[in-house]
Amino acid sequence: MELLRVIDGEGRPLREAPCTDEDARALLERMIFLRAFDERAVALQRQGRIGTYAPYRGMEACQAGAASALSPEDWLLPTYRDHGAAMIHGLPVEEALAYWAGRVESYRAPAEVNVFPPAVPIATQIPHAAGIGWGLRRAGSAAAVLCFFGDGATSEGDFHEGINFAGVFRAPVVFFCQNNGYAISVPFSRQTAAASIAVRAAGYGIAGERVDGNDALAVLDAVRRALQRAREGGGPTLIEALTYRVGPHTTSDDPSRYRDPEEAQRLALGDPLERLRRYLAGRGAWDEADEARAQEAARARVAAAVRAVEAMAPPDPADIFAHVYGAEPLFFQEQRRRFLAELESAARPGAGGPAARGPAPGGAAGGPAVRTEGGGR
Amino acid sequence: MRDNVLMREALREALDEEMARDERVFLMGEDIADPMGGSYKITLGLSTKYGKHRVRNTPISEIAIVGAGVGAAITGMRPVAEIMYVDFLEVAMDQVVSQAAKIRYMSGGQLSVPLVIRCQGGPGRSAAAQHSQMLEAWFFHVPGLKVVMPSTPYDAKGLLKAAIRDDNPVIFFEQNGLYNTRGPVPDPGEDYTVPLGKADIKREGKDVTIVAYAQMTLFALQAAEQLAKEDGVEAEVVDLRTVSPWDKETVLRSFRKTGALVVAHQAVRQGGVGAEIAATVYEEALDLVDVEIARVGAKFAPTPFAPHLERYVIPGKDEIVAAVRTTLERGGRFGAVGQAAAQRAGAV
Ligand SMILES: Cc1ncc(C[n+]2csc(CCOP(=O)(O)OP(=O)(O)O)c2C)c(N)n1
Ligand SMILES: [Mg+2]
Repeated sequence: MELLRVIDGEGRPLREAPCTDEDARALLERMIFLRAFDERAVALQRQGRIGTYAPYRGMEACQAGAASALSPEDWLLPTYRDHGAAMIHGLPVEEALAYWAGRVESYRAPAEVNVFPPAVPIATQIPHAAGIGWGLRRAGSAAAVLCFFGDGATSEGDFHEGINFAGVFRAPVVFFCQNNGYAISVPFSRQTAAASIAVRAAGYGIAGERVDGNDALAVLDAVRRALQRAREGGGPTLIEALTYRVGPHTTSDDPSRYRDPEEAQRLALGDPLERLRRYLAGRGAWDEADEARAQEAARARVAAAVRAVEAMAPPDPADIFAHVYGAEPLFFQEQRRRFLAELESAARPGAGGPAARGPAPGGAAGGPAVRTEGGGR
Repeated sequence: MRDNVLMREALREALDEEMARDERVFLMGEDIADPMGGSYKITLGLSTKYGKHRVRNTPISEIAIVGAGVGAAITGMRPVAEIMYVDFLEVAMDQVVSQAAKIRYMSGGQLSVPLVIRCQGGPGRSAAAQHSQMLEAWFFHVPGLKVVMPSTPYDAKGLLKAAIRDDNPVIFFEQNGLYNTRGPVPDPGEDYTVPLGKADIKREGKDVTIVAYAQMTLFALQAAEQLAKEDGVEAEVVDLRTVSPWDKETVLRSFRKTGALVVAHQAVRQGGVGAEIAATVYEEALDLVDVEIARVGAKFAPTPFAPHLERYVIPGKDEIVAAVRTTLERGGRFGAVGQAAAQRAGAV
């Protein structure tokens, strides 16, 4: 299957760009911001200021290119690695960061921002996308759905069933697969005997396309056309964006154990930021002053988010029961009441208070002593 | 005998020895082959030693990992399927519950499914609501399945070897928080198994029986030490080791000795394994006049991402201590123990 490219590895144009220089500049600024966020998040994890983090380094063209094709009313379904796309679609930066700090305040997209919570179990969002698309159409909405997933996700039953559903119902969904070469340590060649993911679209009777995922303009173009098709009733599209996971699977992974560090060079996909930078510079639409300004703006935005997350009040213990039910059943309300009463009595002077902090393995899970109900007479 | 073997080493040795002993044993799962050797390194080195055909990296396909395991088991192989987190076994529920567990029955005894499904998980690592569940009760509920949840390296190795030799499908649930614990294990190659379905008394006592399994056993032992020191209460700790079938005889024998029972697990208390044990003990001990039974389990809430919230939901040592005290206070009939407990109650 043909690989769509708008610019080559050196940023030279291969075909007409799908957008103006002004739009391409905005796209580059977004990618610079995403890179700054990702680098800062990795550093914060190393300093123990946030938890395990999944970097998207090297995949910024996919994140920004695809999300930039969305209209505000469209839905985005990200995975754990797609908070970049989520931020471009309007998820507040501090909420994206708060997620990795384990805060309940995270990923609470404002009402007008249609971002789903990130899928961490693999591929579960694919059937959701079919259902959201179908639901939107039934509700008479003109919105479409952009569903992110990885190459590894295509091996799950949820992938097959979700895409097949969307095909049958002609749901307005763009299935956007970032083929970054790896599922943790397993290379793409071990996920499927098929030569590509995009060819599988034919088996579902839907449109399929393969794009250079490090070419932001190609990604923008392909996703924009697919969204248009979806809105016009042309049904779903499966897009495979070829990219590379430059970093580890997460900050707790060490890829040098299972892959050759030279591999990235051999793939010659190039750095997505550098490619777009060269393209714009070649057109006289990007210079060092632009670069400095964009870098400074990105750093400031990230720094503000870090400050906001670190200034959040400590979590309220009552949060453990928040958002489990809509209208809460009585027994559930009772459980909270009892828990809060116990917390209060444990906090009284002389009552001992909560024991060991943190759920240290081999130590007490801690917390206030909770009276349990017996089954005895 | 070695004194200080890591739980993860003990598990690896079990797989290694069973693969060496029996050609039919093979492993499959996500990221299990070298150089990765599994997300938690339990299978590290095994694909190098036995070849990639016997230690297979699979696509991310839990349904096919379990389903192909069922198929291979029927042909006489002894597959050990690894599911990276017990939470992902949810994806393959039909293959586990209505296939693996039912094929012997549906074939009128013509077919058997000697499949081991290894999975790990559990709370304590801030892994949030979808990656730290204790789901043993789901499998406990299914006739035809066995469910094993060891607490020590010795038991883990012996039980895993026994599970691989068992002719039934076995869910072998390794609690992540135990991987870096150590304990005595016989020398490599010294063949021993721990029979499925047999509990182990990890501490003897006369005043109260604490039934636990997996990591909660360690918390129960810590609780017992604290109760001995602070209350003069001698708790007996029964480690189930196998959750299904559970060892009713050992639990009842201990209970008849102590007259008080606390069943403790980190899974959600509602509908948990503890409920079944508590109810069974109650029914079987109707001849006793005073029995006191209590359960300890997680609150009816998802596991929070934030570590400082997780500890409120998931019980540990403190909750066991509190449950024992409440139970004995309520009973108030244990002579010196009862009086000590009553004094404590008065003092608070
Ligand atoms: C149902 C399920 N199975 C397994 C996992 C463990 N797991 C987490 S990420 C991952 C790899 C996913 O690879 P891919 O879809 O290519 O996405 P990438 O991480 O490369 O972005 C796996 C196997 C999971 N989270 N959910
Ligand atoms: Mg991938």
